[in-house]
Amino acid sequence: MSTEARAGSFTAADWDGGTLPYRVGHRKLGMWLFIVSDSLTFSALLMGYAYLRASNVWPTPFPFYPSIVFSSVMTFCLLSSSLTMVFGVSASARGDKAAARKWIIATILLGLAFVVLHMIEWKHLLDEGLRPFFLPEDWVKAFTTTDGTPPSPLFGATFFAITGLHMFHVLTGAIYLAVVALRVKKLKHEDVEISGLYWHFVDLVWMFVFPLIYIMSVDVHHLTK
Amino acid sequence: MSAHAEEHFAGSNKLFSAIWFWLLLLTGIEIFLGYKPMPIQFMLTILLGLSIVKAALIVAYFMHLKFERLSLILTVVPMLVICICLLFVFFPDSFRSAGLRYKFKEPPPMARETTEEQ
Repeated sequence: MSTEARAGSFTAADWDGGTLPYRVGHRKLGMWLFIVSDSLTFSALLMGYAYLRASNVWPTPFPFYPSIVFSSVMTFCLLSSSLTMVFGVSASARGDKAAARKWIIATILLGLAFVVLHMIEWKHLLDEGLRPFFLPEDWVKAFTTTDGTPPSPLFGATFFAITGLHMFHVLTGAIYLAVVALRVKKLKHEDVEISGLYWHFVDLVWMFVFPLIYIMSVDVHHLTK
Repeated sequence: MSAHAEEHFAGSNKLFSAIWFWLLLLTGIEIFLGYKPMPIQFMLTILLGLSIVKAALIVAYFMHLKFERLSLILTVVPMLVICICLLFVFFPDSFRSAGLRYKFKEPPPMARETTEEQ
């Protein structure tokens, strides 16, 4: 019985009621299940992007500056915001609510820095003429293959849909954390931890979006110049 | 965490800082690889491999899953991995439709017109 419990298998006592079979509260379990379903949303979008990319001539237009420099700094902001969030949850676990609030506010600021930088990066691309269903004319010229096949105009659709949905998650996460920071003295530790789970998930999604959308689309040969 | 913790939250700030450093290092390697000319399949495999390592570090330490009960890990992780793998069912069709594409002799007039409209 004790070895079974250590292996994590379900024993009858776990499911008889009055205990938490997963040793986490129902809200935290709910957040985990939400994260699983949201992961599938992003997986489906990234798969759709990969599907289009594999079946089309795909442009690789991102220059080192501004696109890669901006997205790298954004990655740094988001990774650092995860670290400050962990510090906030640690402080909350110690019962140091004031420190937890400070770390969570730092997390919000880094998250907002990410959104602002991302908006500037979007502005660069929009100014170049990228739209959800159109490529800038010089991109079409640069990436049309020798046999005359033009690059897919759906580049913008995949780019704006995936990064846009991610940006929306960062924004809602910042609002969520702001509410947690305001009410941190009233909240239980587990509630702070749950908001941390959501924030780390947003960071985790970017760990796939950044290489697949940005690094796989680096303009190595300076074709758009 | 220190012994007088009100709530149990395993892992020290030093450990989390080390994880953060590794995540930054792996990101740096990814950006560096982006500028190495190589076949796209190699690039994709390496980048995805590094991303999965990064995701695992975030889930295990930042999201604290390593310190949770095994039953929770078994509930959350395998079904997600299986569902994502099931999405690969679309790729044969993607490769097939790449071969079906009409081969243009010159850039088609449609592509030029639509970009000029803006």
